[in-house]
Amino acid sequence: MLIKRSDATRARGGIAQAFASFSAGALDRRAFLRRSGVAAGGLAAVAGLGAGTVKRAEAGPMQPGVPVQIKKNICTHCSVGCTVTAEVQNGVWVGQEPTWTSPINRGTHCAKGAAVRELVHGDRRLKYPMKLTGGQWRRISWDQAINEIGDKMLQIRQQTGPDGIFFLGSAKFSNEGAYLFRKFAAYWGTNNVDHQARICHSTTVAGVANTWGYGAQTNSYTDIRNSKTIVIMGGNPAEAHPVSLQHVLQGKERNRANLVVIEPRFTRTAAHATEFVRIRPGTDIPILWGILWHIFENGWEDKEFIRQRVYGMDDVRKEVAKWTPDEVERVTGVPGAQLRKVAEMFAKQRPATLVWCMGMTQHTVGTANVRAACILLLATGNVGGEGVGANIFRGHCNVQGATDLGVDNTTLPLYYGLDEGAWRHWTRVWDVPYDWMRGRFGKADADDATRKKLMETAGITSTRYLDATLLPESELRNQPNLRGMVVFGHGGNTVVRMPEAAKALAKLDLLVVADPHPTTFAVLAERREGTYLLPICTQFECDGSRTASNRSLQWGEQVVKPIFESKNDYEVLYRMAEKLGFAAEMFKNITVRGKEPEPESVLREINAGGWSTGYCGQSPERLKAHMRNQQHFDLVTLRAGPDAPAEVRGDYYGLPWPCWGKPEFRHPGTHQLYNTNLHVKDGGGTFRARFGVERNGETLLAEGSYSKGSEIRDGYPQFTYGVLKRLGWDADLTQAELDTILRIGGNNPDNVSWATDLSGGIQRVALEHGCIPFGNGKARANAWNLPDPIPVHREPIYTPRPDLVAKYPTRDNFVAHRVPNIGHTVQKQAIERNIPRDFPIVLTSGRLVEYEGGGEETRSNKWLAELQQDMFIEINPADAAARNIVDGAWVLVQGPEMPRDKFVRVKALVTERVGRGVAWMPFHFAGWFMQKDQRGKYPQGTDPIVLGESVNTVTSYGYDPVTSMQETKCTLCQIRAA
Amino acid sequence: MARMKFLCDADRCIECNACVTACKNEHEVPWGINRRRVVTINDGKPGERSISMACMHCTDAPCAAVCPVDCFYTTADGVVLHSKDLCIGCGYCFYACPFGAPQYPRLGNFGSRGKMDKCTYCAGGPEADSTPAEYAKYGSNRLAEGKLPLCAEMCSTKALLAGDGDIIAQIYAERVTTRGYGSGAWGWRTAYKDMVAG
Repeated sequence: MLIKRSDATRARGGIAQAFASFSAGALDRRAFLRRSGVAAGGLAAVAGLGAGTVKRAEAGPMQPGVPVQIKKNICTHCSVGCTVTAEVQNGVWVGQEPTWTSPINRGTHCAKGAAVRELVHGDRRLKYPMKLTGGQWRRISWDQAINEIGDKMLQIRQQTGPDGIFFLGSAKFSNEGAYLFRKFAAYWGTNNVDHQARICHSTTVAGVANTWGYGAQTNSYTDIRNSKTIVIMGGNPAEAHPVSLQHVLQGKERNRANLVVIEPRFTRTAAHATEFVRIRPGTDIPILWGILWHIFENGWEDKEFIRQRVYGMDDVRKEVAKWTPDEVERVTGVPGAQLRKVAEMFAKQRPATLVWCMGMTQHTVGTANVRAACILLLATGNVGGEGVGANIFRGHCNVQGATDLGVDNTTLPLYYGLDEGAWRHWTRVWDVPYDWMRGRFGKADADDATRKKLMETAGITSTRYLDATLLPESELRNQPNLRGMVVFGHGGNTVVRMPEAAKALAKLDLLVVADPHPTTFAVLAERREGTYLLPICTQFECDGSRTASNRSLQWGEQVVKPIFESKNDYEVLYRMAEKLGFAAEMFKNITVRGKEPEPESVLREINAGGWSTGYCGQSPERLKAHMRNQQHFDLVTLRAGPDAPAEVRGDYYGLPWPCWGKPEFRHPGTHQLYNTNLHVKDGGGTFRARFGVERNGETLLAEGSYSKGSEIRDGYPQFTYGVLKRLGWDADLTQAELDTILRIGGNNPDNVSWATDLSGGIQRVALEHGCIPFGNGKARANAWNLPDPIPVHREPIYTPRPDLVAKYPTRDNFVAHRVPNIGHTVQKQAIERNIPRDFPIVLTSGRLVEYEGGGEETRSNKWLAELQQDMFIEINPADAAARNIVDGAWVLVQGPEMPRDKFVRVKALVTERVGRGVAWMPFHFAGWFMQKDQRGKYPQGTDPIVLGESVNTVTSYGYDPVTSMQETKCTLCQIRAA
Repeated sequence: MARMKFLCDADRCIECNACVTACKNEHEVPWGINRRRVVTINDGKPGERSISMACMHCTDAPCAAVCPVDCFYTTADGVVLHSKDLCIGCGYCFYACPFGAPQYPRLGNFGSRGKMDKCTYCAGGPEADSTPAEYAKYGSNRLAEGKLPLCAEMCSTKALLAGDGDIIAQIYAERVTTRGYGSGAWGWRTAYKDMVAG
């Protein structure tokens, strides 16, 4: 906490004395909790309690003699996937106990996980549907809400076609909710659908999938216990994924592992590092190439691994040769000797793993950053085994699942993409005619070719909805201006350029916010009409599965019934589909009870179509068996041993995808991707042969490397019916499987692949022969289809080093995802206008442990809100002294794109945690907007306890060329005393 | 009988505050009262370390020595508890406590602070075990159910240990041997007149 509690002084003698044995030094930051920081607005409810007694909440304590039911669900905050054990009496959640049996969290939680019970007390939750009319919030019924929303949507559809509405989904959905949301957008007839993964790991997914096949964490949190060198780059898991540190620190302790943190900021994670490398924000590629320079220079690379399993490493050598220690130091500020040390550790003290988070991904060069990270792993042979790999920590509890299930403008569920083959596959699964689906796209008078084109064109991203609303229609491509937005479970303060967002939201005819809380969307813009708030329950109030970062699926059971009038995502989507007239087609093969689709039945449909990613084996029955038998899974290998009950024996916990074949095939899931030391039926694998078999005369298939027990002892392409025939393995197909393949294949059954064969026969046969269905290829150091096939350094749009822009400019302007990206122009203008002189401090942003995402839910939780009561900015003592800023004082911060007379007002935290010339702000705050307190704009009783300025009011333009990821980690600002 | 103690391994503590919210959750502790908190030293600098702090349930507790109404008592498990019926909110214990543990619902002097509140080691108070009366004044009584304090049970990195002093000291000593470093069992000399290897 910023402001020291006055009592602290009185106690200091005692505490200082007690600390004396431990260390010298002053107390700081959150040394003491302020007693009553938020007084007037927020806290009437929790203040003024009876003397000396602990408040007795309605929900507690446990009543003696009343039976206690135990319910297991998964924490709804980060992606670690901690099991929550709830004690329920009479339908009320009265207690939370540690879950010792979970191999992921072993009983533990962070501040958020230990406070989740408060989410379903929820005195600040949205209690019933509301509508903004004449600038006032009014309570309405569910029927009225659905009717009015549906009518407005259909009206917009008539005027602009289905693309006039943007569907923003959620990383908080269950898998089943995410899948239904994507399906809903398809049935509505648009690809304008996206969610938080855009601003989380979209660049990881693109960069990693383009390297070796799938864009996901290759190993797991628990597997880090096997590592001897752990490099965390652009991540602060001590605050963002605290329970992961249990595994990281145990790895560090047991193996005496190196723990290297590469970051602009000395984070809580860095405090536990054996080596801390402080970089200038936005120079990740020079750092990675600088490390690789030493590796190549000294011949420390894994030559055999590269020969067998990597394509194009020589092209990387040419780029890396430019990054001599001197040039690296000139650009990044990091001395060569330090990187040499890191390089040697990473190459020699193996297994080594590279962990990254938003510090790597949220950049204009996000995809290239991630590619460079993968190349470092490939060069040192640190991928595809125990204790190695790209341990990409995802952010939200189901951001992995929501990404997998295609809440994304560029693909249908499970990465099938948007081409005709993808649509044909899913319409087969959904049992609707392809032509009918095509007819859902485009305006009423559109011809089939136009409809088909729209159907196959990627939609708007969550980062660009504001531009799709504000820019002249002539500058957009295949896209009318947005007129409506339907937001399920997404904060409004997590996307950059909030002053522009406020303008865009004000312009919309329809804004629907379906969420447990009103969110920033409800209050940011000046709107008087046409906003609807729908109360959605949390995942603790419904059943469903979620996918943790390590690709394990966990089934959560309903702890209590939805509180107040809230409903779950499934039911609300069903009601909307019903109103819009496609419920019968959309829920054709899904069991619906009343108006509530059954999640088990939704998961079965996912299984039936999820071949491409191995989402086919995780039936609801298997997932529930895993939750029942958690104690039988090993902490490190995540595998259930021989003494486990038959229903889970041999499985990896949560059946981490890919889990091949039908559920009855009993594939155990894949704990470590691309691990050739295991048989494919034990979760082994190879790099995916995703990019063809040959390029410029060079093979793209693995050479002499194959997974254990493979009957093909070399590289091989992905399996199709045609390939099975050539191998003579087609005879192993059952008649039923063959019939399905022939039915799908029509005139060309040879093309039916492991990913489109709905019988699962091709996968089964390949696996029986020890082969992986997706082929055995090389990973690509050169990804020729990306804008920068070999990553090159490019200065941030707003750089503090204009002298480097001539040599390292950003990419030329272009159009992506239906909107222009004019980053090049913005960068040029920034230099012409001398922005680095007027805004000399680099601003970067990140997480606090107490809050998550946009923070609305966590800032409404009194147990968490008490711990962080003020929005603040971390500023280096030298920069603070130069501006007469003292610790704890109010300061005004301005970004280069803000109106010149506007600022954000935050508290100063003067600390050496940030280097000179760098400032940092957390991104969870909202409710103040350019010095205006918006508390009064929330519906009464739903305002979060803590409000504050949003960092994204200050952040600025900048988008990744591949995914339209936004730049949040590197812009410029000026700070002055208030 | 066991002698219950707390031990915070500062080389593991990441200041995630799980202990703080677990405590709030378990006992429904109101806003402004913090039975447990995490203190960070050398914040933002090399050598930064965090420690979770609460009542340490001292041997020969100094709070008890200064209490004018003698409201403190030590259980057979070595847990220091107090009676809110006897407490007059004078604040002496706050001055005596080396860990800043005692909390009061209000600011003020001369008994106007309200009844003192502090960590009970999840062991309730003088009322009958696990009764609504006990919960209302002191929170839940996990010890009576054979469970340990929730803060330690839920600690994200297993930095905060609770249990019999000999056992947790041994766990800590083994850790220090395995990893080769340790900052010592913080607060033990002050609270228990005792040291642990490290």
